[in-house]
Amino acid sequence: MRRRDVLMGAAATAALPFAALAQPSQNRVLKMVPQANLTSVDPIWTTANITRNHGYMVFDTLYGMTADFQPTPQMAAGHVSDDGGRSITITLRDGLRFHDGEPVRAIDCTTSLTRWMKRSPSGQKLASFVEALEALDDKRLRFRLKAPFPLLFSALAQVSNSPPFIMPERLARTDAFTQLREVVGSGPFRFLPGEFNSGSLVAYAKNEAYVPVPTGTPSLTAGPKIVHFDRVELQIITDAATSAAALQQGEIDWYEQPPPEIQTLLRRNRNVAISAIDPLPLTGVMRFNHLHEPFNNKKLRQALLPAIDQSDFMSAIVGPDPSLYKTGVGMFTPGTPLANTAGLEPLTGPRSLDRARALMREAGYTDQPMRLIGPTDILAPSAMTQVGADLFKRLGFNLDAAFSDWGTVVQRRTSKEPVDKGGWSVLFTSFSSFDFVDPSAHFPLRGNGASAWNGWPTIPRLEELRDAWFVAPDLAAQQAIAREIQTVAMDEVPYIPVGAYTSLTALRSNLVDRVSGLALFWGIRRA
Amino acid sequence: MWAYVIRRVLATIPVMAVVALFVFSLLYLAPGDPAAIIAGDQATPQDVERIRASLGLDRPYLVRFGAWVWDIAHGDLGTSIFTNLPVSRMIEQRIEPTLSLMVVTLILAISIAVPMGVVAAWKQGTIIDRAVMGFAVLGFSVPVFVVGYLLAYIFALELDWLPVQGYTPFERGIGPWFQNLILPAIALGGVYIALIARITRATMLEVLSQDYIRTARAKGAGQVSILFLHALKNAAVPIVTVIGIGIALLIGGAVVTESVFAIPGLGRLTVDAILRRDYPVIQGVVLLFSFVYVLVNLVIDLAYTLFDPRIRY
Repeated sequence: MRRRDVLMGAAATAALPFAALAQPSQNRVLKMVPQANLTSVDPIWTTANITRNHGYMVFDTLYGMTADFQPTPQMAAGHVSDDGGRSITITLRDGLRFHDGEPVRAIDCTTSLTRWMKRSPSGQKLASFVEALEALDDKRLRFRLKAPFPLLFSALAQVSNSPPFIMPERLARTDAFTQLREVVGSGPFRFLPGEFNSGSLVAYAKNEAYVPVPTGTPSLTAGPKIVHFDRVELQIITDAATSAAALQQGEIDWYEQPPPEIQTLLRRNRNVAISAIDPLPLTGVMRFNHLHEPFNNKKLRQALLPAIDQSDFMSAIVGPDPSLYKTGVGMFTPGTPLANTAGLEPLTGPRSLDRARALMREAGYTDQPMRLIGPTDILAPSAMTQVGADLFKRLGFNLDAAFSDWGTVVQRRTSKEPVDKGGWSVLFTSFSSFDFVDPSAHFPLRGNGASAWNGWPTIPRLEELRDAWFVAPDLAAQQAIAREIQTVAMDEVPYIPVGAYTSLTALRSNLVDRVSGLALFWGIRRA
Repeated sequence: MWAYVIRRVLATIPVMAVVALFVFSLLYLAPGDPAAIIAGDQATPQDVERIRASLGLDRPYLVRFGAWVWDIAHGDLGTSIFTNLPVSRMIEQRIEPTLSLMVVTLILAISIAVPMGVVAAWKQGTIIDRAVMGFAVLGFSVPVFVVGYLLAYIFALELDWLPVQGYTPFERGIGPWFQNLILPAIALGGVYIALIARITRATMLEVLSQDYIRTARAKGAGQVSILFLHALKNAAVPIVTVIGIGIALLIGGAVVTESVFAIPGLGRLTVDAILRRDYPVIQGVVLLFSFVYVLVNLVIDLAYTLFDPRIRY
C-alpha cells in the first residue's frame, strides 16, 4: 500500500461526518424549534402554551374543537342528554388505551375532569353547575347538573388554557396545584422521558396503538389525528438567528415563531414556506391598575382612547405590512362569532392627541406619577410597551417607564401597592386568539375586583353579563350579550385593545397538510 | 505536598459556604416570583399563593437557607421548581457539552496562543509581532456572539462544511462530536487566545533578555531550543496563571456561545433558570461553577511546581 493511498483514505474518512451532516433530516423524523422551552410536562399545573401544545401530543380530550369553534366528539363516541339538559351521559369510543397499555375508563375521565375543574376558569364555572360527576361503568360517565349548562361541550373542548386532558386515574388524583412527575396519556404521541432534556430536547414517538376518530377531517383539535412521523423532536434553540440558519440548512423542519426580521430573511429561501400558524390573530392589550391613581379614574382611562392608534402598536410587533395586523379591534378576537363593533367608536374615530390631552385635563389629571412596566425579552409586549411609553410621554404623563425581564414583570404586576411603594399603573401584553374568543377564559374582561386578573377592576355589570353568557341558550343570545359586554367595557375601560396581529410560522416547503391554529403534529406530512 | 493539597481541598469548604450564602441571599432579594410564572395569567392571587406554598417559597429566609444547606450536606442539590427533575440530573445532562466545549477551546487556544506569543516575542517589532498583537486586540474587542454568527454564516450557511448548531455526544463518535464543537470553540477561544498570546509575548520578552539566554546562544543552542526549552519553561508560571484565571472567562463566554450555537450546556441551563427564577437550579449551577473555579486554581498552583522547581509546598 502506498503512503498516498493511506493519506487519501484517511482524508475520505475524516470527510464522512461532513457528508453526513449535509444530508437532509430523516424522512420519518420531524424536528421543530418551538416558541419556548418545555419546562413543565403537566398541562393542568401550568398554563404555558408550550405545555398545552405538549399536552395535545400526549393526551387526548373527550371533545375536540373545530376551527369554527364547534365542539365535536374526540374520545367520546357521543352523548345523551336527559332531564331537560340536567343529566348528560357521555360514552367513550372503543379501543382507547393509555400509553402504558391500560384501557381508558370512565373513572379516568371523571378524575381528570375533577382535577381540571380546580384550575381552569371554564372548569371552575362548570364545577359550580355540577351536582355530581360519576363513572357509570368503564365506558360511560355522567354529569348531573344543578341547571342546564349549554356550554358544557365547549368547555370540554376548550383549546385555551387549560384544555381538559384525560389522564389515568392514578395520575389525575394528584392535587391540581402539584406538578405531575409522570406523563402517560392516550394521545397520538408518546412522550419519551428518558430523552427529555429541558432546555434542549423533547422527544416523542408515534403512538402506534392510537385509534383516530373514524370520520371527518382534521380541524384544529377535532377530527382524525393521523400521524405521519415516527418521531417528533422539539429542539430548544433560544437564538432566533441560529434557528433560522438551522431551518435554512434543513437541520430542522419547522420554526414555530420566527420574529419579523427573521421572517424577511426566511422569505428569500425557496426551501422555506411562511404562513400564519393560526388564521386568527392575537390581541394586544393596554392594561390599567384600577386600584390606585392615576388610572383608578375612569375618566382618565377614557381620555386615552382618542390617542390610541392600533396600527402604531401592531406595526411595532409585525412590521409595516398591514396584512399582518388588524385595527378596529374590540374585546373579542376578530373573525370569531362574538366579535362586534358595539361601543368601539372612541377607538375607531379620528385619532387626536390634543383631544386626549383635553380629556385628561377634564378628568382632573394633575401630573400624578404613573409607572409603566414592561419586558425587554419578549417580542410583542416589549414592542407595545415601547410604543406606549412614547405615547404617554407625548401626552404629558409624569411617566416612570420600568423595563425588566419577563420574569420580573410577571412578579411585579401582581403587586397591589401604589406607585410610590413599587406598584404599577399600566402594562402591555398580548393574548392568543383562543383566550378572547368568548368570555369564558377572557380574564382581562373580568370585573371581579380583588379576584380579577392583575389590574383588579371592579365592574359588577361585566360579571353579570359573563354569568348570563354561560347560560345563554343559543349563539344569537350569546352575541347579544357580547355586544353589551363590549359596550360596558368600552365605557368602564378595564383595558384598551391596541390591535390584533397574525403570528407567522416557518416550515420547510416540503411539509404539507399542517393543521392550523396551534403547533399540532398530526396531519402534517412530507410531500 | 499532599498535606498542602489536603489543606487546600479543605479550604474550599468555607469558600463554598460563603458562595452558597451569597448566592442564596442574592436570589432571595432579587425580584421575580416563580409561582406567578407557573400560575399563569388566569391564576387568582389565591392560586399563586397555593403554588408558592407547595414550592416552599412562603417559608422564612433562614428556614429555606437551612433546608437547602442541609440537603447539600447530604449530597442533594434539590429539585427544579419547573421541571420537577433533580438538579443533579439536570446538571448531569448538561455537563458533557460544556466540558467538551471548554476542553476543546482550551486545547485550541493554548496550542495557538502560546506559539503565537513566543514567535511575536522572538520577532519583536517586526510585522509578525504587529500582526499577532493586532489579532490580540481584535480578539479582545469583537464580542463572542459576533464571531459566532460570522463563523456560522461562512462555514455553515455559505460553505455548508459544518453544522449550524447543536451538539453530538462523544459516545456517538469523535468525528460528529468534534464537528459540532469546531465553530463554537473558535468563537469562544478568540478572547482566550488573545489573552494568552499577549501574556506569553510579554513574559517571553522579559525572559529572552536574561543573561542565561545569552549564555545559551553563546554555547550554540538552536533557536527552537532556546525559545521552547530555555525561555518558555521559565516564562510558564505567569502563562499558566493566566490560563487558570481565563477559565472564568471561558465559563462566562460559554453562556453566550452555547446560546448562539444551541449547545445544551450548563451556560444555557443557567440563563434559562435565571429567566424563570428556578432557584434550586441557579443555586446548584453557581455552586458547581464556583467549585470548579476553586479546583482549577488548586491545579494551577500545583502545576507551578512542574515549571519552577524552586516552588515547594
